[in-house]
Amino acid sequence: MSGKVMSEIQRRTITTSPSLQAIGSRALPWVVPVALLGVWQWSSSNGTLPSRFLPAPKAVVTTFIELSRSGELWMHVRVSTIRALSGFAVGGGLGLLLGLLTGSFRWAETLLDTTLQMIRNIPALALIPLVILWFGIDESAKLFLVALGVFFPVYINTFHGIQSVDRGLLEMGRTYGLSRWALYREVILPGALPSILIGVRFSLGFMWVMLIVAETISARSGIGYMTMNAREFMQTDVMVVGILLYALLGKIADLLSKGLERYWLRWHPAYQAAR
Amino acid sequence: MSTVFASREALTRKMLAEGRQYSRGVSVSISDVSIALGGRTVLEKFNVEIAAGEFVAIVGRSGCGKSTLLRSIVGLETPQTGSIALGTVAQGKPDVRIMFQDSRLLPWKRVLQNVTLGLEPSFIPHATKILDQVGLADRANDWPAILSGGQRQRVALARALVHDPSLLLLDEPLGALDALTRIEMQELIETVWWNRGFTAVLVTHDVAEAITLADRVILIEGGLVALDEFIHLPRPRTRGNARFAVLEDRILGRVLQHRSIETNEPVADAVNEEADAH
Repeated sequence: MSGKVMSEIQRRTITTSPSLQAIGSRALPWVVPVALLGVWQWSSSNGTLPSRFLPAPKAVVTTFIELSRSGELWMHVRVSTIRALSGFAVGGGLGLLLGLLTGSFRWAETLLDTTLQMIRNIPALALIPLVILWFGIDESAKLFLVALGVFFPVYINTFHGIQSVDRGLLEMGRTYGLSRWALYREVILPGALPSILIGVRFSLGFMWVMLIVAETISARSGIGYMTMNAREFMQTDVMVVGILLYALLGKIADLLSKGLERYWLRWHPAYQAAR
Repeated sequence: MSTVFASREALTRKMLAEGRQYSRGVSVSISDVSIALGGRTVLEKFNVEIAAGEFVAIVGRSGCGKSTLLRSIVGLETPQTGSIALGTVAQGKPDVRIMFQDSRLLPWKRVLQNVTLGLEPSFIPHATKILDQVGLADRANDWPAILSGGQRQRVALARALVHDPSLLLLDEPLGALDALTRIEMQELIETVWWNRGFTAVLVTHDVAEAITLADRVILIEGGLVALDEFIHLPRPRTRGNARFAVLEDRILGRVLQHRSIETNEPVADAVNEEADAH
């Protein structure tokens, strides 16, 4: 009863100035970024901020348009994306496979988990000198670094996902005569999926970090190459375009994995805002 | 409830007239079963015979081994000694299903898919019919997460019934429901059992529930049968009935009497033991 009255009062206070308040709360988060952008443009155009430190925002936009018109930009983006995705496929696939193995079979856990946990403690980037020695500076080195970066988040979350599947559901599945494979497909995998998808989202973050490092060290194409090459010629506008591209690609990957979660976990209460 | 419950003989006559076998239920014969969990003896040389089509309720304090008994009938626990034998059915193997206190629905499957778990797609029409019988035909395409506790237990019941079980084990399936939903579910279970004639074994804390539903109430104490009481009240049974009240008093008194002797044993321990047993 009192709750109803409260919401009535709230509704009234909100409806006093509906449009203005709504616009205000929508616009508020954008005030600071827009102001920073304004200050940046202003100080660039009056010479306070020399373009060899940071180009004007307008110059960045112009360069972006130029590079994409000439097709150079898309070539680099394509190369980087292929590198990222193939590294993700190899490392993530292996992580999933080994995680499923150690999560499902006690002998595999005993055999492999300690070793994998030890390797996990080595920072992947610390291996760079060895990686260069082993693979040189061609594609396989980048693939190796990206795969190594994405492997562990996927592995650990898959392992834990399988270990934490509800025992009650497993018991139920067994009393319903599900075969081992059916139990795996109907109960264990879907039960582990939320955890596996968390691992995937973490690993997507690592994927870009490893790729940036790999491409910055040595590359003959890709966004990292474009950025490092621009440094040689003091083309700060190209460098900023490259940095922003990494940010954009990272955001796209994150959105995709979120979409995947929303679809695969649509049964989950957290994803059931509207039926 | 539309079904008019008469005596058991009347049901037999009705079924014979319809050309059906009296019961599709199986008998259960538990002999000399001993089970120890985590080094503690839960059941010791336990014996009980359950007739085909009978509705038996098992009551007892927490940790007395009543859940363990049920779990060993369905094969989730293995007795150290003794044997559990099921009678024969007309065709094939007797089908045994268990309902747990929590519905144990797969949250990633819609209601209808949960009901047809482990079955061919050709069972979908049959499953839809059963969902209708438990009053959830319109929820077939919902996710379990948006159902209420009572509705989930109805789905769990439908899931068991699709298999047309000869023996239905009920491990406190109504324990977590509110009082009104409980009564509804009791009526539903009674109706379904009455119409289908399977053997039912219900484990419960609630003596009144046991008397409402069962032909026979068994009290387990110290791993043994402490009381084995046949309930001869006509169905459906109401708590207002004087004979009901007398029976409830007697059984409850018997349960509590044992407890008052052992007052030095804290109840909390018994609860923990029950939790360990799961």
